[in-house]
Amino acid sequence: MREITTPISDETIRSLKVGEAVTLTGIMVTGRDAAHKWMIETFVKKTRPPQGDDLQVYEELKRLLNGSVIYHCGPVVAGLDTKEYKFVAAGPTTSIREEPYQADMMKHFNVKGVIGKGGMGAKTLKGCQEVPFAYLHAIGGAASYLAQTVTRVHGVFKMEFGVPEAMWVIEVKEFPVVVTMDSHGGSQHAVIEEQSKKVLDELLAR
Amino acid sequence: MRDLTNEILELIRRASSSLPADVEKRLREAIEKEEPGSPARGAFETILKNVELSRANSTPICQDTGTPIFHVHYPEGWSTRKLKGQIRAAMAEATKRSYMRPNAVDAVYDKNSGNNLGGDDFPYVHFEEVDADQPLTIELMLKGGGCENVGRQYSLPDNSLGAGRDLAGVRKVVLDAVQKAQGQGCAPGVLGVSIGGDRGSSYIKSKEVLLSEMGTRNADPKLAELEEHLTKEANEMGIGPMGFGGRTTVLDTKITGLHRLPASYFVSVSYMCWAYRRRKMTVTGEEVSYD
Repeated sequence: MREITTPISDETIRSLKVGEAVTLTGIMVTGRDAAHKWMIETFVKKTRPPQGDDLQVYEELKRLLNGSVIYHCGPVVAGLDTKEYKFVAAGPTTSIREEPYQADMMKHFNVKGVIGKGGMGAKTLKGCQEVPFAYLHAIGGAASYLAQTVTRVHGVFKMEFGVPEAMWVIEVKEFPVVVTMDSHGGSQHAVIEEQSKKVLDELLAR
Repeated sequence: MRDLTNEILELIRRASSSLPADVEKRLREAIEKEEPGSPARGAFETILKNVELSRANSTPICQDTGTPIFHVHYPEGWSTRKLKGQIRAAMAEATKRSYMRPNAVDAVYDKNSGNNLGGDDFPYVHFEEVDADQPLTIELMLKGGGCENVGRQYSLPDNSLGAGRDLAGVRKVVLDAVQKAQGQGCAPGVLGVSIGGDRGSSYIKSKEVLLSEMGTRNADPKLAELEEHLTKEANEMGIGPMGFGGRTTVLDTKITGLHRLPASYFVSVSYMCWAYRRRKMTVTGEEVSYD
């Protein structure tokens, strides 16, 4: 299986095609619903003024996300009392909820990959081509298995969002994913949706 | 009254980390139907590795440890108030031990309670009294948010689907729900379908039916046949594990029928992800057993 290490180059992203299984190694950041809404409103659209440590975290995120990967994940984390964090369970969450934000967020921070499950829509697919970046599908529910690829937790931002919604900076080794949306307009999700709709229409006509 | 907090904690540990044998068996059958080297087969391989690992390490199968749904059958004489208190204490402790993710978020103020306790209804506990000579049983289902989000409720007739107020119409809306879910409910899923009731009771029963074992058929032969038929037809759509495309999209279908008002004909579909976490504990005298 092909191994990819963060930071990832545009050339590498352009070489990825739908259906390809790859592993990721390096540093990535988790972020889901609250994080995406916060990033877009505070730093991209600027409809909400920065508060608390927002600007400081922004500087850190710009550095960490540049060329890296955002992971749609709300982990189970041990060691919350001692801050010696360990990922216990860390599979992907459903990505489509970030559809309004994803492409803008990827462009703003120059992020090269998004890991999640279930795929995303047309706006994100367009972003994949333009930025470019790839949508990398992890296996939903395989949380204990995927947590084992997390070799180190470097830290956490925005803990006030709660453990699942906070942005965790993690180092992973050989995290397995399948490319399901590529930078050439290919989307496995669009293909399956269309094919299954055709079968559904036949079944409804019976 | 006996304090069962530790025993309920063990029930939560088992539910979160150890997939029931009947579900695992279905997944092992499903992998054999996928082509070697295909993304679908790869998905099942990872799923099965994860099932073994989480069981061996007592770690959550899925990081979304879900909505905890407890069904308690208690013999006359037990205090439901005290049992609920013990369930809540066990839930907070399970969260501390990382069997559960802190999952209760105040919807108005966006604040995570941090211990899986929120208001009177998180966790959700349903009590049912049984005869005094019956054992106390506590069933627990953990239902993840991804699959909960793809659940659907239809009010028949549904003209866009050509679905009338009969079992033929029920078939059509259930197939529509599966197609709309794609892989987003962590397919392959298990369908809990409730026909009738009001909007509230219909959804509740569509989940309650998921407490039974895989392959349990409705006693009514008409519904039993529809269950089998829907599983087969859903799989013809080829959505496959994770929506990658493949031969297994639905592992099983369970249907229940309720009474309805003459004016209403609801069909509720609860989608359960492959991480179909349900466990039961039985208290007979001093003895506590789990299955």
